[in-house]
Amino acid sequence: MFKKDFTAGSKTKVKSSAQRAIRAKVVETYPRLEPHIDEILPKKEQLDLVKLPDRVSLYSLGNEGLFWQHMNDPIIPHLKVIHRYPWAFQRLRIDRGAIRFVLSGATLMVPGLTSPGGRLPGTAEDSEVYGNGGTDIAAGEVVVVEAEGKENACMVGVLKMGTKEMKEKKKGPGIENGHYVGDGLWKLDLS
Amino acid sequence: MAETATPRPPKQVLYCGNCSLPPEYCEYGGTTKKCADWLESKHPDLHSKLYSTDAAAEGLSNLSVDAQKRAEKDAQKKAAKAVAAESREAERRAASKIIIKRVERNKRKYVTEVSGLEQFGLDLKKIAKEFGKKFATGSSVTKTAAGGEEITVQGDVSDDVFDWLQENHEEIPEDNIEQVEDKKKKAAA
Repeated sequence: MFKKDFTAGSKTKVKSSAQRAIRAKVVETYPRLEPHIDEILPKKEQLDLVKLPDRVSLYSLGNEGLFWQHMNDPIIPHLKVIHRYPWAFQRLRIDRGAIRFVLSGATLMVPGLTSPGGRLPGTAEDSEVYGNGGTDIAAGEVVVVEAEGKENACMVGVLKMGTKEMKEKKKGPGIENGHYVGDGLWKLDLS
Repeated sequence: MAETATPRPPKQVLYCGNCSLPPEYCEYGGTTKKCADWLESKHPDLHSKLYSTDAAAEGLSNLSVDAQKRAEKDAQKKAAKAVAAESREAERRAASKIIIKRVERNKRKYVTEVSGLEQFGLDLKKIAKEFGKKFATGSSVTKTAAGGEEITVQGDVSDDVFDWLQENHEEIPEDNIEQVEDKKKKAAA
C-alpha cells in the first residue's frame, strides 16, 4: 500500500469525541493493547489526522504516526508502535526466504508462512508466541508479521485468508497491501 | 485501572541511523555496507552479533542452495542500484545551481526569487516560511512558467538569502549559489 514514497497531505486536528471513538476502536480491535493505551494515546493529548494518498488516513501524535486506516478498514498500528508493544498483537512468522520480498513490497504469499521457517497459530505447541493463545485467526483480522531469526516485526496487514485455510491450501496470497518496514509510511516525515 | 498498575514497559527498539530500519533488516535495504559501518561505530556489540561470520552462515544454511544464490544475486543487484542512485544524486547536486534572482517589480521595489533549492533536498514550503520569518516579509512558493517551483520573497534580500544558505545549509557549496539581477521584467509587458 505504501510501496512508493509519498508526501503527507493536509493535517487537521481530531475532534475530542472522534478521538475517544478512535481510542475505543483501538482497544476493541486490540484488546491486549489496553494496558498500554494510555501510553500510546494519552487522553489529554491532541491527535492529528493526516491525509495520505489513496484515502488512507493516519492518526498521529506530535510528529509520530500511530495508527493508519484505509477508508473503513480496521485501524492498523504503525510499525513503530508495534515494535514497542509487540506482545499486544496477533503474530505470524515468515521464513527467511520471504523477507526480502516482503521488504520490497510484494504481497505476502502463504508458502512463506507454512514452510518450516514460518509459523502459523492453531497448533498446540508454544501458544505464547502468537499473542492470542494460539487460536486460528480468521480472514480480515489484523496480524503482525515477524520474520524468522529476527527480533522485530517486519510487516503488518489484514489477512486475506484465514490461517486454517492457509494450512490446507498452502498457496495464494496471504496479506495484501500491508505496511512494512522501509515503506513510504515508515519513511514518512511528519514534521 | 488498578489491576494493571504495572503494565509491561514498552520495548526499546534501535533503528539504524543510515537506513532507519531496525539493524537486523539492514541487509535488505541495499545499503548494507554503510549500515554496517554505522552500527559498528555506534553499537559495536550489536554489530559483532549481527555481522559475525557464523551469523551469516547460519542465516544462509536455512535456505536451499538455489534460493541462496538467488537471494545473493538480488542483494547484489539492489546494492549496485543503491550505489548508482547515490552517485547519480551526487552528480546532479554538483551540477545543479541555486539561483537567487533580484527582480525589479516597480521602480526601487524588488522581489527576490530563489530557485533550485529543491535540488538539494530542501522543502520549499518550509524554507519559504523560514525566509518570511527571518526577513519579516511576505514569502511564498510560486510556480514558474517552466513548471517548477520557486520561492518568492518580497523585498531585496538576495544577499541575506545567500548568507542564510551559507550559514544554515553548509552542504551546499558556495560555488553552486548564483546571484543574478533581472531588471527588465515589466519592460516586456
